[in-house]
Amino acid sequence: MEQVIMNQLSYPILSTVIFLPVLGAVLILLSRRSWEPSAKWIALGTSIATFFLSLPLFLNFDKSTHKMQFAERFSWIPEWNINYFLGVDGISVLFILLSTLTAILCVLISWESIKMKVKEFYISILLTTAFMIGVFCSLDFFLFYLFWEAMLIPMFLIIGVWGGPNRIYAAIKFFLYTLVGSVLMLVGIIVLYLYAGRTFDILELMTKNYPYTMQMWLFWAFFAAFAVKVPMWPVHTWLPDAHTEAPTAGSVILAAVLIKMGAYGFLRFSLPLFPEAAKAMTPVMLVLSVIGIIYGAVICLGQTDLKRLIAYSSVSHMGFVTLGIFALNSQGLEGGILQMLNHGIVTGALFLSVGIVYDRTHTRQIADYGGLASVMPVYAAFFMVFTLSAIGLPATNGFVGEFLILLGAFAANKLIGVLACTGIIIGAAYMLWLYQRVFFLEINNKIAGLPDMNVRETITLLPMLILVIWIGVYPNAFLSFMHASVQHLLDRVNSGGMQEASIAKTLMEVVR
Amino acid sequence: MKYYLLIPFLPLAAFMINILLGKEVLRDKAHWPSILAVVGSWLVTITSVLPQVMAGKIINEDLYTWIVSGTFNVSVGFLIDPLTAVMLVVVTTCASLIHIYAVGYMHGDTGYYRFFAYMSLFTFCMLMLVMGNNFLQLYFGWEGVGLCSYFLIGYYFDKKSAADAGKKAFIVNRFGDFGFGIGVFMIFLTFGTLHYTPVFGNVAGIAGQTVNFLGWNVDLPTLIALLLFCGAVGKSAQVPLHVWLPDAMEGPTPVSALIHAATMVTAGVFLVARCSPIFNLSEVAMNTVAIIGAITMFFAATIAITQNDIKRIIAYSTCSHLGYMFLACGVGAYGAGIFHLYTHAFFKALLFLAAGSVIHAVHTNDIREMGGLKKYLPITYAVFVIAGLSAGGFPGLSGFFSKDEIIWSAYASHSSVGKFVWVLAVAGAFFTPLYTFRLIFLTFHGKHRGAHHGEQGGHHGEHHIHESPKVMTIPLMLLAVGAVAAGWVGIPPILGGGAHFTEFLAPSVGHPEFHGTHAEELGVMALSTGIALFGLGLAAFLYLRKTDLPEKIAKTFSAVYNVLYNKYFIDELYNFTIVRPTVWIAKNVLVAVTDAKIIEGIVNGVPGAIGRFSGKLRRVQTGLAQHYGIMMAAGAVFIIALVLLLR
Repeated sequence: MEQVIMNQLSYPILSTVIFLPVLGAVLILLSRRSWEPSAKWIALGTSIATFFLSLPLFLNFDKSTHKMQFAERFSWIPEWNINYFLGVDGISVLFILLSTLTAILCVLISWESIKMKVKEFYISILLTTAFMIGVFCSLDFFLFYLFWEAMLIPMFLIIGVWGGPNRIYAAIKFFLYTLVGSVLMLVGIIVLYLYAGRTFDILELMTKNYPYTMQMWLFWAFFAAFAVKVPMWPVHTWLPDAHTEAPTAGSVILAAVLIKMGAYGFLRFSLPLFPEAAKAMTPVMLVLSVIGIIYGAVICLGQTDLKRLIAYSSVSHMGFVTLGIFALNSQGLEGGILQMLNHGIVTGALFLSVGIVYDRTHTRQIADYGGLASVMPVYAAFFMVFTLSAIGLPATNGFVGEFLILLGAFAANKLIGVLACTGIIIGAAYMLWLYQRVFFLEINNKIAGLPDMNVRETITLLPMLILVIWIGVYPNAFLSFMHASVQHLLDRVNSGGMQEASIAKTLMEVVR
Repeated sequence: MKYYLLIPFLPLAAFMINILLGKEVLRDKAHWPSILAVVGSWLVTITSVLPQVMAGKIINEDLYTWIVSGTFNVSVGFLIDPLTAVMLVVVTTCASLIHIYAVGYMHGDTGYYRFFAYMSLFTFCMLMLVMGNNFLQLYFGWEGVGLCSYFLIGYYFDKKSAADAGKKAFIVNRFGDFGFGIGVFMIFLTFGTLHYTPVFGNVAGIAGQTVNFLGWNVDLPTLIALLLFCGAVGKSAQVPLHVWLPDAMEGPTPVSALIHAATMVTAGVFLVARCSPIFNLSEVAMNTVAIIGAITMFFAATIAITQNDIKRIIAYSTCSHLGYMFLACGVGAYGAGIFHLYTHAFFKALLFLAAGSVIHAVHTNDIREMGGLKKYLPITYAVFVIAGLSAGGFPGLSGFFSKDEIIWSAYASHSSVGKFVWVLAVAGAFFTPLYTFRLIFLTFHGKHRGAHHGEQGGHHGEHHIHESPKVMTIPLMLLAVGAVAAGWVGIPPILGGGAHFTEFLAPSVGHPEFHGTHAEELGVMALSTGIALFGLGLAAFLYLRKTDLPEKIAKTFSAVYNVLYNKYFIDELYNFTIVRPTVWIAKNVLVAVTDAKIIEGIVNGVPGAIGRFSGKLRRVQTGLAQHYGIMMAAGAVFIIALVLLLR
């Protein structure tokens, strides 16, 4: 294949980062239940090893090409032309690194808080990580869909088994929402498979032009899957429940990686496969994004639960991401991708932070806090940096992403850009108000005398803090990964002649 | 060697040292890194940068590329021209003295290291703001100083009023930055870059162009200028976004002096002056700047007369003086505006620090509980009077020369609103000495009225009031020198000077053309000076001689007095029209109705079904994985069936 650069490293890096966690999970499964700490040590060891083995993706990445790199390709089910086909480009590579980093942090943050079914918990964490990485590097639709669905199982269990009081409701809601979306995408995948001459090869599918009407139908079929995952307004209501009820590690995985898949889906599939439809639907997507930004931000002002507030802020922040993506210019797209990363880092860090105090207080009610800055000053400082990033302060990563997105959106449509900017004002209001109610004012009796962060907790938050500043001060270290791939994507979206065809004709072709 | 890089990065290093080591290691010595850093910055400014700029050299260099995306490319870079040089002198000089003063003022505070860490971070951001060579770095510094302001206003964060004030300052500023940010986008869309040199170099090309903005066809330079000005209005506390500055007085007094008098709040004026090539293209924008400035100047001065909090009076005075600076910029006299910025930094920082010295002695902000402090605080009293005279425009002092230049510029400019703002400027010249000396007389003259001192026989309590330590009084005296003499670099030719200040700035902000005779210039000067002296005299009459008269006046005109005392009810207006409705909608519409009822109802389709479903599943919890497995299997069967059928 001329479109890919095969893996040149001494080990198959993508398969390794997918299957090492699986191997870890198997080891935990085999370990003796009588010595439960082995589970978390195996999980920690595996996730750290996976992270270090994934680093060549960052260090050896060829930024000059849009082609898929570190590719691996084997025939899997030849009868159906299904391949085991992996590869990464500038759009996906950073999310694999984010996933491998997040896995370590999730293990660390759960170190003392998970006391029940410890083995199963760490197995779930490792499997989720493996499948998520699989989603980001699959280049075969069948494989992609397998990972996409498989990921739900451990995630569903994490929420449903180790979650809060209302966990079953939240888990089922999460599951039903995503399943309904996924089923529609599945139909879309099969239609593509048949139309394109029985291939699941994503790169090959991207080289074809599809009739406009077909593009339109498929765009909405995929939209159903991706919009729920993002989540876009108005299909966001599973997120607050899932986030709130999930254990800390679950919320972190959800926020940091899982909900990125929706936006990733738009970038990887919706735009290059259905460029005409995507362009035609841009106004709808921009409007939904702006509604999400403002709605998600205003609703935060009415929250009384810490995790719920941060969950709703995700709706607002992910609105920025889809806004950037559908601005369909390089600032918007690169800002959108960077903001996906940023949101993963910052919202992940905020959930980690909430987990740290929740372990001490077992309450998520904002009213139960107050004066925490006097009680846990180091913790307060960390939380402040993440708050500042969330409100897009320059020299944090949040600023770079939001600025590029707003610049791109403003260039695409001034009104949309201006409306989205109001989200920044409200964002500052709800985050600072939250910070004030939790950290300032007089010390609430319920939290008096809490110990500050211990070494393990500090180590958990430190990588996020470093990333916040690193991306804020020198974003080019990350933006440079994207340039070639984003340019290629833009070329793809902007070229490709309009092909009109009636829906009847399309369906006829498909069925025949 | 790029020595100039030391200017911003020394304070940044001090911040890092203090935030990492301050709490455990440095503790009550936490001021050392901060003071050494800022004095270092000052030395580099005075010995290296300023002489170079005075010799006509302009530094404009990129440090590294910050953000690249498509055609968007912006660096972290530095521009040091005369305008920046003036700002550097103002910032490093005031910051150095205020840092030293703070050693005494903050002595023994539990957050000592935190205070100095924030002060250093602020200094860094302010220096980045004035030294940037592009709009994005300006924005970086702009938000950075806003953040430090938030930290330092809310420094006593266990106090609700302080935490509220910090948050209010940040959010109100965000309203201004909303416009500013859009202005930056417009600049990029128009010029394809955010660096000053290419933007201002090509600015002539956009003169007279119109652009469709949200459905309206508007003049492009006007649009960009007004959007940028939004940011300035927020940062420099101009009407209608002035509401945060008085509340900001919750912060420690050195903060008020540094951030809310000498430096940060003047960033808006700096922005307008820096963007003068854009503003000059639009008469509408210029007139808006002049009128907003003039209105704020007048409006804040009237409020200042009725307030009783020593720091709030000075805060309103700051609003008012910032109004003067904008007024000057609006009539094209950027040099005069920056000149006033420069003198104001000295006398207003001095007023605040002197007020801090008073508060340090009597532990109250309320001037009704002061009085008769002259004999206890002789140095503070002396410098307070000097600062007051300078602020009031007493002939020969710094404030006189800069204010006179503004008033004359307004009168003599070609601006179509020049005469209108001139009238307000002259009226303002009456109010400034009136409220300043009301403050001085009520604080230092007459009898001591302190409640807790008075009860046990005044004498007993008053003995505890003593002058501040040398570490505080020496900075006061040095600033007093500035309040007297800093303005001498800008004495106008008509008084035998060379107007060196505005000449020095001309390469950055141009030189306005005036029309007016020498006789007119002297007449205008005499008029405003006479009015200022009248204001001073009236203050003396009301607060030294007929001390019962002010209360009678307040009673007679109680309606007017109440409006002024309650700051024109602007806070209440915003609270009832913006803050409360938004929170109400969040709680009672979005949370309670849209999300809980409408979206859950429609989009879920079957929320009740989920409830029932989950209710059943709750009883068979352990079976969940299998359920899911079944569904997965069903899905797989579905794919296979479909593929086989369609083969």
